[in-house]
Amino acid sequence: MIALPLLLPLGFAILNVLAWKSPRAQRVLTLVGAALQTGAAFWLLGRVRAEGILHLPIGNWPAPFGIVLTADLFSAIMLAVSAVVGLAAALYSQGGMDERRVRYGYYPLFFFLLTGVNGAFLAGDLFNLYVWFEVMLMASFVLIALGGERPQVEGAIKYVILNLLASTLFLSAVGLLYNLCGTLNLADLARRIPALEAGGEVTLIAVLFLVAFGIKSAIFPLFFWLPASYHTPPVTITALFSGLLTKVGVYALYRVFTLLFASDAAYLPTLLLVLAGFTMTTGVLGAAAQMDFRRLLSFHIVSQIGYLLMGLGLFSPAALAAGIYFMVHVILAKTALFFVAGIVRQTEGSYNLKELGSLYARRPGLALLFLLPALSLAGLPPLSGFFAKLALVLAGFDLRSYAIVGVGLGVSLLTLYSMTKVWNEVFWKERKEAGAAPLRPVSAWMWAATLGLAAVSVAAGLLAGPLLDLSAQAAAQLADPSLYIQAVLGGAP
Amino acid sequence: MTWLLAIAAGVLFAAGIYMILRRSLVKILVGLALLSYAVNLLLFNSAPLIPARPPLIPLGSSAPPEVYADPVPQALILTAIVISFGVTAFAVVLMRQVYGTLGTDDLNEMRCTDIPCKEVEIASEEEQMEEPL
Amino acid sequence: MKRSILLATAARYLMPLMLIFSVFLLLRGHNEIGGGFVGGLVAASALMLYGIAISPAALRTLLPVEPRLLVGLGLLAALTSGLLPVLTGRPFLTGLWLKTPLPVIGKVGTPLLFDTGVYFVVVGVVMWILLSLAEEEAK
Repeated sequence: MIALPLLLPLGFAILNVLAWKSPRAQRVLTLVGAALQTGAAFWLLGRVRAEGILHLPIGNWPAPFGIVLTADLFSAIMLAVSAVVGLAAALYSQGGMDERRVRYGYYPLFFFLLTGVNGAFLAGDLFNLYVWFEVMLMASFVLIALGGERPQVEGAIKYVILNLLASTLFLSAVGLLYNLCGTLNLADLARRIPALEAGGEVTLIAVLFLVAFGIKSAIFPLFFWLPASYHTPPVTITALFSGLLTKVGVYALYRVFTLLFASDAAYLPTLLLVLAGFTMTTGVLGAAAQMDFRRLLSFHIVSQIGYLLMGLGLFSPAALAAGIYFMVHVILAKTALFFVAGIVRQTEGSYNLKELGSLYARRPGLALLFLLPALSLAGLPPLSGFFAKLALVLAGFDLRSYAIVGVGLGVSLLTLYSMTKVWNEVFWKERKEAGAAPLRPVSAWMWAATLGLAAVSVAAGLLAGPLLDLSAQAAAQLADPSLYIQAVLGGAP
Repeated sequence: MTWLLAIAAGVLFAAGIYMILRRSLVKILVGLALLSYAVNLLLFNSAPLIPARPPLIPLGSSAPPEVYADPVPQALILTAIVISFGVTAFAVVLMRQVYGTLGTDDLNEMRCTDIPCKEVEIASEEEQMEEPL
Repeated sequence: MKRSILLATAARYLMPLMLIFSVFLLLRGHNEIGGGFVGGLVAASALMLYGIAISPAALRTLLPVEPRLLVGLGLLAALTSGLLPVLTGRPFLTGLWLKTPLPVIGKVGTPLLFDTGVYFVVVGVVMWILLSLAEEEAK
């Protein structure tokens, strides 16, 4: 029953709608639902690892004709990581979400968002990928606008318009591809596209997909909506978005370009690598100029997307494996950093780096909690970021792509600079009006969520060996489309 | 017919893109709606248009007739329409809220997210000073 | 704002007729033109007509339950229709049908339950948006 990670959040979203009047019931439901979802995701990961690529024909209509859900190792890993982030966010929002937003339906929307994300990971055909993207987007639209403060609605407008434009492009590409191949099933497409003798059409469609998913995952020339909108909602929502939304876009890029357009790829690796380099650099330079904690972290999201794109652009199994491990690392570390920013805001009442200070003396535990994911993001051993970047760099050396490796290492250094800046401003320097405001108490839920996520992030670094093995298996499946085709359609490829 | 639909889709795309480049939110909303119509027409055109040949297997045979109308694009369009219905409804509500909070529908006024709001006022004062030149 | 007497009087007669038509569309939906979404839209426009012609407050008293309850129950019905075949060991959303058609309603099966769910979701969502907009305006 591989639909379980999809049905559980949907079911709990419905239960939360029915329990609209009672915030207490919703809290309990949310915790139970997120825990069950995590269980289901890890169970699926175990099964996929043991049995290979699984698929489920919805409504018992066989594969190329009906809708299928497909879970390969890459989807399963993504499901498991996003479930962990979902669980952490569920814990965090027990303390970090205000009553008003809960009354306007925060918890049901939370689960609708997870439904969309999980659906996108499991979708076995392009149109369903589009539908789940839209489910996810609708939920995120409402979440980002919920509350209706001035910066929030402004951010929401930019977010909504650009993402709708991306959806339009995505759907156009789907329509053109259907015209060319007469099918939208991913496995069937993977079989038919290499056989096409079309000239420019496939390239055109591939680039349309690149632009559509590029907007959604905020790659270089298309990322402007992200730093303009992500810092506006409450930090719980930002953390959830940063962990999940852009990563679904990257997931779609990995899926489409390994499965469908791999044979057409002569020009693609170079294009992707150039985009990756620019994405890393602009992201990290943008972050260097910021004095707002959340905006700074938002720019780092963009910069990290560049590394994920680098894994795809290098396009060898080793690079894909490194990319997948990087994805796991960045989802965990980034969400944990946003959680820390939320706690800082809760104790000090500000996100502005200039107003903050002396937190190391006053909250040493929090300083440590910041330091772990921050150094991991910058790539210091023995944290997960180090192994992720090491794997990427080694894959780059194997392919003699020295330019992108150089850019990656340089950006890594700048990331370290940026994290040091936050450390200096928030934790190290003397606070200007010393002792002016007493520390405000922070809910135990928020501490628990942040601590848990930081621990998982550290564990991902300590268990780098097994996790990289798992990523390598997932990358092997991605690199050989015939496995996917055979699993879904049966018979010899 | 295919040509006609293709041209119509092209015109709708052009009109939609023109509209989303405007500064007024309402016009952008209209532009997004036009773009979604354009995509629906494109989807409609993505399989050959064959009238009066439903994809049904006649009684007594085991395969559909040689040439039949493809039902998939219509299913895709139906779903796309439902989604754009929901999205448009949300966008209208959001724009009402924007107008209620900001008192304007001009995108140039919405810069709070990129620079701190106090500077917005300063910047607009500077613009006013520059205008007489 | 002055309300038109003609529209209000006509709406009182039209609304029940449209509601009945919407149920008709819902029931014939599986093999012929109609279905849950279309039926739901017709029902929602019937209620919307009533709300505009008479008053949103009157529409609110007319609805027996909160719109969001309709949405929740509709989604639950759709989800149940997908889970029923799972209980019998078939894949999610497989259509199950009763052998004998019921009088008036016709063939009964899980797709009908799914359509009914869609119907309620559509009515619920439209009412939810409409009523919250209208009530905000009234403030």
